[in-house]
Amino acid sequence: MRVTQGTFSYLPDFTDDEIAAQIGYAQARGWAVAVEFTDDPHPRNVLWEMWGLPMFGLADPAGAMQEVRACRAQYPDHYVRVTAYDASLGRQTTALSFIVGRPAAEPGFRLDRQESAGRQVRYTLHPYAADRPRGERYETGSSRQNGARSG
Amino acid sequence: MGAPAQPAARGFAMARPGHSGPAAEPEPAGPAPLPPDAKVDLASQEQALRIAALLDRLDRDFVGLAPVKDRVREIAALLLVDRLRQGFGLASSRPSLHMCFTGSPGTGKTTLATHMGELLKELGYLRTGQLVSATRDDLVGQYVGHTAPKTKEVLKRAMGGVLLIDEAYYLYRPENERDYGQEAIEILLQVMEAQREDLVVILAGYADRMDVFFRSNPGMASRIAHHIDFPDFTLEELLRIAAAMLDAGQYRMDDGAREAFAEYVRLRMAQPRFANARSIRNAIDRLRLRQARRLVAAGGVIARDDLMEISAADVRASRVFRGGLGPAH
Repeated sequence: MRVTQGTFSYLPDFTDDEIAAQIGYAQARGWAVAVEFTDDPHPRNVLWEMWGLPMFGLADPAGAMQEVRACRAQYPDHYVRVTAYDASLGRQTTALSFIVGRPAAEPGFRLDRQESAGRQVRYTLHPYAADRPRGERYETGSSRQNGARSG
Repeated sequence: MGAPAQPAARGFAMARPGHSGPAAEPEPAGPAPLPPDAKVDLASQEQALRIAALLDRLDRDFVGLAPVKDRVREIAALLLVDRLRQGFGLASSRPSLHMCFTGSPGTGKTTLATHMGELLKELGYLRTGQLVSATRDDLVGQYVGHTAPKTKEVLKRAMGGVLLIDEAYYLYRPENERDYGQEAIEILLQVMEAQREDLVVILAGYADRMDVFFRSNPGMASRIAHHIDFPDFTLEELLRIAAAMLDAGQYRMDDGAREAFAEYVRLRMAQPRFANARSIRNAIDRLRLRQARRLVAAGGVIARDDLMEISAADVRASRVFRGGLGPAH
């Protein structure tokens, strides 16, 4: 199941040129671009790991794209997203956030039903990948064989 | 990206700017190549006109510096010809435009570097045309592992524009083999080679020390295509620079003052620590001081002209005429 979240979630995956163009737009508006990654893409998990610090003061997308590529190379089986922070007074929040990298295989989510008091049923979303330890959740067979990653 | 965005993998086709349908391949940029027997009139090319205007402005804004202007002219012509070649579908590779400016103090190295970014942007070579200035402090770290992130940070900021490294020879300290400068140089070299389309690196510094720097870093010398030497200004050029500076500051000299100033520059050029245009700028700053002191001391009614006028006496009051020279100038 293809995980979608953030801006442009309804569009097919961007090419690198398209990502660079979006980063260029954010930088032209004065937003600081940051790269984040996770292997726990549950919709309620809003705090992903930061890849380096937010890049304040960049004028050209090339620098940020370099970080995007570096992050994808380091974490190939993770979700990678770009966020753009608008620091202007009164807003001071993330203005743009979209996924720029995803694992090759996305097993998706399971719906768990829990019977509770009375005949009430609680529902929860459980990512199949979350059963495995962090760092190996989205590894495919091939990447597990040659990936000598330690935890 | 892990899952390649192949048209077949898309569940639905959504209108996207620049994409006509789900099977849209990235189109080749620009129109179809011209037929081989087509002719292009240079004078009608909008870009050629813009470049001519740009070079005219360079001629106007910079006094002297003939070899430098020649080189800029060549670069501009090359970029234009490359553009035309692309029009015919001929092979055109991006030229490497990393530069090294050498010359005496005050010959306009840094000033030209700041203009270079704008110029290359106008020529369509750079995207932003911004200038990021860096010195050894900005690139080299204090301890192990500090240098690489620092250098990369500066490079990232300069992407799309010009990175000016003033006094680049300070990066390399041969007397200290554990100096981290070498690490910064290696990262620089790597980016200069791999990301030529994102960044133009300009090294600036005094000629003799730059030579030593290049001798010990042959990789750096060979990756810089343009070594431009800034000649010293002649007396006449210095006077034209002074006139332009006075004009920009809305000051005026009468004939007597101009004569005195010419003599001042001639004397000053022979004295030690003469720094070309920089010395001229300092001299003019001191002229303004003396003019202000004269006006305040005289008191009384002051007209607009008095505020603009620099007199011969202001010039003649300089130490330079008495053969002496203070420490800093």
